[in-house]
Amino acid sequence: MALRKTTSLKKENMKRGLVPYLFILPNFIIFLIFVVIPAIYGLVYSFTNYDGLSEMEFIGLKNYISIFKDAEFWSVLGKTSLYAAIVVPLIFVFSLMIANYLIKEIRFKGIIRAIFYWPTMVSFIIVGFTWKWMLGDNFGIVNYFLNLSGHASVKWLTTGFAASIAVIVATLWCRIGFYMIIFIGGLQSIPTSYYEAAHIDGATKWQVFASITLPLLKPTSLMVIILSVIDAFKSYPLILALTGGGPAKSTTYLVQYIYQFGFERYEIGYASAMSVILFVLLGTFTAIQFKINRGGEI
Amino acid sequence: MKKGKVKEIIVYCAFILLAFIFLMPIIWIVFCSFKGSSELFKWPPTILPKNFTLVNYVTAFEKGNFGLFFYNSAYVSIISTVITVLINTMAGFALAKYKFKGANFLLVAFIATLMIPLEVIMIPIFSVVKNLGLYNNIWGLIIPPAATPTGLFIMRQYLLSVPDDLMEAARIDGATEWHIFWKLIIPIAKPAMAVLAIFSFMWRWNDFLWPLIVISDPKKYTIQLAISNFMGQFNVDWNSLLAMSVVAMIPVLIIFLIFQKQFVQGMVTSGMKD
Repeated sequence: MALRKTTSLKKENMKRGLVPYLFILPNFIIFLIFVVIPAIYGLVYSFTNYDGLSEMEFIGLKNYISIFKDAEFWSVLGKTSLYAAIVVPLIFVFSLMIANYLIKEIRFKGIIRAIFYWPTMVSFIIVGFTWKWMLGDNFGIVNYFLNLSGHASVKWLTTGFAASIAVIVATLWCRIGFYMIIFIGGLQSIPTSYYEAAHIDGATKWQVFASITLPLLKPTSLMVIILSVIDAFKSYPLILALTGGGPAKSTTYLVQYIYQFGFERYEIGYASAMSVILFVLLGTFTAIQFKINRGGEI
Repeated sequence: MKKGKVKEIIVYCAFILLAFIFLMPIIWIVFCSFKGSSELFKWPPTILPKNFTLVNYVTAFEKGNFGLFFYNSAYVSIISTVITVLINTMAGFALAKYKFKGANFLLVAFIATLMIPLEVIMIPIFSVVKNLGLYNNIWGLIIPPAATPTGLFIMRQYLLSVPDDLMEAARIDGATEWHIFWKLIIPIAKPAMAVLAIFSFMWRWNDFLWPLIVISDPKKYTIQLAISNFMGQFNVDWNSLLAMSVVAMIPVLIIFLIFQKQFVQGMVTSGMKD
């Protein structure tokens, strides 16, 4: 009797032993098939001359060498980095500034927050479309306002410099709200007693911001910087809709460049090698940020 | 004192102005969508539609096949969301409440997949999707994104707080593990499941890269893919596109208005990433 009980208990445990694996199974299979396997494929492709049709041939590091010699790749990478270098600080400053204001007790706080947040829920394609419509040369409202204030119309989407500005403005419009919410979360977790103490000591607003808010906000700031850099390096749909990467490729960034090689020119090996480089870039940036901000206790 | 007050009001007005600038693009699109062709390209532009018309909406649905794209998007978003919530709750539950070999490794491995965004693997994904017969198949939009590390993490964190005694008691009463999941865990997990459902719907509804890679048959286009393709044409049909864009924003707007609190909560706690 006792023996039977232990065996049945053991059996019960064995059965339960399988249960968690079964619960995880669907997720596991999907991650395996649609993340892990493609990642391995991509790495393997990057050492081949695969074109989707003919037999692939291993060519060692040839793709990587050609990429490093490809002036256009460097120019695309430069443009992408410049875009990130402009967009990230602007997003950081604006979203922090707005968040810092919107945690105060002000009138219509909820509605104002919702207004800043709303563009982040519009798809990138529609964001691109919206700005393309507003920036039309002969019918766009932006040029209309420029004319009203005495400026000449700008050919927004047909000159390289103006198109880059258009991309930056559209990016800011649809991303600031997202990071504002993250900052609001971070700001609200700072204990109010710190502020009260500073107030008693007669600190000015700037002193409070520089020596209490900013240091205590470090983990949140770190997260915002990492996420926004990764976002910037991944951006493609918004730009595709707004400028199509033009004029004359002036707003073609890394992901679009990879897409063109992979899906339009069928140079799958070459495109895969660039994807590996993109992965390394994103990974390195995350690692560096974590290291620098080790005090950030994230 | 008085000087401070004036300054406060100026800053407040500046913020209202900034908020208005943020709101303007959406309002502008909505206004323009009710203008006829001749008014749409008038210079100087009219602000409010002078001759209010629904012709753009009618054309979008009748000639632009917009109803079909809307249906496709709704189908993909809803089914994918149901699957997303179910399987991520299951996996989150297992990782929160069972002790088993490899649990920690699996958790870290799942979260590490965040490091490999679709943009990095879009090219090999195409081969995988094609070999599985999912190319040009609407299930190719539904299944692959259903497992999300963010969703799994949210569910796990939420379910960590479920007391073990509760599950033990159910076991003594003879409940199977599957029973415990359905009858005990799901009711407890409902708030977190709601957050995940809202975000999953928004991700799928707004998604562009997956449909771009998986779908080429215009009959299977989602809204985003359709709008993007119509914009790329030589003669951009601004009229229909304006109407389509406005309609395409509505489902997410409705969900946002209903679940504003969960939205903000979800964002703050997890830094929500797809």
